[in-house]
Amino acid sequence: MSVDPPASAYDMGHADETEALGTFAILVDNEPGVLHRVVGLFAARGYNIESLTVAETDRNAHTSRITIVTRGTPQVLAQIEAQLQKMVSTRHVQDVSRDPNGVERELALVKVRGTGAERVEALRISDIFRAKVIDTTTQSFIFEITGAPSKIDRFVDLMRPLGLVEVSRTGVLSIERGVETL
Amino acid sequence: MTAHPSLEVQTDPQAEIMTGAQIVVRALVDQGVTDLFGYPGGAVLPIYDALFDEPRLNHILVRHEQGATHAAEGYARSTGKPGVVLVTSGPGATNAVTGITDALMDSIPLVVITGQVPTHLIGTDAFQECDTVGITRPCTKHNYLVKDAADLPHVLHEAFKIATSGRPGPVVVDIPKDVQFASAAYVGPDKARSSHNYHPRVEGDAAKIAEAAALIAQARRPIFYTGGGVINAGPRASQALRELAKLTGAPVTSTLMGLGAFPASDPAWLGMVGMHGAFESNNAMHDCDVMVAIGARFDDRVTGRLNAFSPGSKKIHIDIDPSSIGKVVRADIGILGDAGHVLEALVEVWKRRRLSIDAAALKAWWAEIDGWRARRAFAYRPSGELIKPQYAVERLYALTRDRDVYITTEVGQHQMWAAQFFHFEEPNRWMTSGGLGTMGYGLPAAVGVQVAHPKSLVIDIAGDASVQMTMQEMSTAIQFELPIKIFILNNEWMGMVRQWQQLLHGERYSHSYSASLPDFVKLAEAFGAVGLRATRPDELDAKIQEMIDTPRPVIFDCCVERAENCFPMIPSGKAHNEMLLGEDAGDIGGVIDAAGRKLV
Repeated sequence: MSVDPPASAYDMGHADETEALGTFAILVDNEPGVLHRVVGLFAARGYNIESLTVAETDRNAHTSRITIVTRGTPQVLAQIEAQLQKMVSTRHVQDVSRDPNGVERELALVKVRGTGAERVEALRISDIFRAKVIDTTTQSFIFEITGAPSKIDRFVDLMRPLGLVEVSRTGVLSIERGVETL
Repeated sequence: MTAHPSLEVQTDPQAEIMTGAQIVVRALVDQGVTDLFGYPGGAVLPIYDALFDEPRLNHILVRHEQGATHAAEGYARSTGKPGVVLVTSGPGATNAVTGITDALMDSIPLVVITGQVPTHLIGTDAFQECDTVGITRPCTKHNYLVKDAADLPHVLHEAFKIATSGRPGPVVVDIPKDVQFASAAYVGPDKARSSHNYHPRVEGDAAKIAEAAALIAQARRPIFYTGGGVINAGPRASQALRELAKLTGAPVTSTLMGLGAFPASDPAWLGMVGMHGAFESNNAMHDCDVMVAIGARFDDRVTGRLNAFSPGSKKIHIDIDPSSIGKVVRADIGILGDAGHVLEALVEVWKRRRLSIDAAALKAWWAEIDGWRARRAFAYRPSGELIKPQYAVERLYALTRDRDVYITTEVGQHQMWAAQFFHFEEPNRWMTSGGLGTMGYGLPAAVGVQVAHPKSLVIDIAGDASVQMTMQEMSTAIQFELPIKIFILNNEWMGMVRQWQQLLHGERYSHSYSASLPDFVKLAEAFGAVGLRATRPDELDAKIQEMIDTPRPVIFDCCVERAENCFPMIPSGKAHNEMLLGEDAGDIGGVIDAAGRKLV
């Protein structure tokens, strides 16, 4: 039996709101299982993780910084922020993407295989993007590139026809401009 | 033992050195715990040994760990104190998971201590090993694996703080057996160090409270929609709610979890809201122009179809959990804070500014409400031959209303009839599984309530199917001389399942009939309890009286009309003002559309 899309009891009635990317910087107590708490929260509530980075950032205070890029309507992003804030292990949450002072950076390692003119072109473009060559053979380069995620996307797109074979990305890191801290 | 690398534990030379197991017992005593619910096993034997000669802790031995958690929930819900559970590793912990999840959904403060295999065996698939912190991470407010006895006092004291502050919830502390044997310095609650920065906001924002008061004062059709949060906030919250309702003259409804915060005998009480709530409260929720939600979370059983939920109202949402505000329904004014504090502040602002709602508007609003009341949507067709389940609850209420009574329920039709026909004047008198909807909650919850209130009349209004899920806890009631009364509305069906199959699945009663029910009277006797049975309306009162007068545990087999359905009802996917009354029931299959049928 085919039915119309459900007039769901869970219909939020926010169809007018469009989805956007959101980047959250989360300062958490560095304790066993803390990453699982954050990831489990996203899985359990059906939120998407586009990228995730985590490392201890203050050994004395036992805090780690997690940066998560997710996607949702403004209402969903607000809910994600509230859910993260509510966790006992959370010290602080900041929606960096909605902060005009937010800076986002990502690092990628990009392997390009090729010879001849394509190889020369790859090297030339990498120079324009200020990517570093960190390894080379006669048939390949590995480029290291840093920048906003969109810059890396663009670089990867340009490398594709020039013999792109492998990409490794760190996921987004973020910090706020100016003297304020998380 | 190597020193903990990350924590600078300051050892007080005066501190008492004791084993991890003794630390557990001492921490419980220092937290004011007097009763705990548990079941021993290999990985908690050191703690049980420490309990052996501890006169300050009354340990209630349950028959299944799920029973321990529900008993602790009943204890907590009826006292406002945290419930404490002690179980072993592996199956002990996994059996407790249902009750832990139930406590999370209904915001019940629990501290659950689980034994774990020794630290050197963790990860080896040892006997009775399970990843307790992994399994319980999504169903606790917080949890811990304690690998160093020196951390134990700090963790235990913090566990109590987390379980009871902010939005309450269950906290699991998993303690490996070697940590229970190891020695460390004990630290009391006042000196314990918190390893987390957890400080939930209690006081509401004054500007928003003033804004909310002004909005209420401008209302023409106001309503207070209150939830379990008002009960969790303690008696002062219920008191402030009563005062605010009186000052404003606005009607009050509540969720299933919030029953008792506002007295049912008050003329401003509309009855419960939601799927099987009162016709008048659902229509008032739909038509109101200012809704004040307090400690309620706009659950789908309350709202019905969201895009048709109270379309014309401004919403004020008061909650201690920031993630509740705006989660499903947008709040025009969201106030983060404890229900008691915020309600008291609202009362204060209301009085100071001498606010009032337009009297003519209120009068017209009440006239409209009285019109809905006149529909008498809870009415049912009485019978001289068969006991109607509604009648049974009505009689139970009438015969116990002057007593010190606590009610627990299982989950299903009987639960809704209990909510509709039993009435509460005070908070903490009503224990039910609202969020998770756990069949088998009521009997062990009654055990916990009776432990906390040994002289009170504690009744589990039960269904024949639910009660069999945790029936073994009758044995606990006998052992500890807890005179709980299990009042089973026995219709031989999983009644709510049968009702949905009748209404939504073309009367195809797939596996919802309980063939081979036990003889509940003989079952009671087998446990050493008293069994009573009523089959006719004319014997019901005398039998109920006999139950009340029996100073021992009783199982009351109340054989009721089998095909009775629970009405009124907001059909799935429908709005509050599309409530179905009993007399329309024949059409319900046609009322719910294909999309609604897919909802739960």
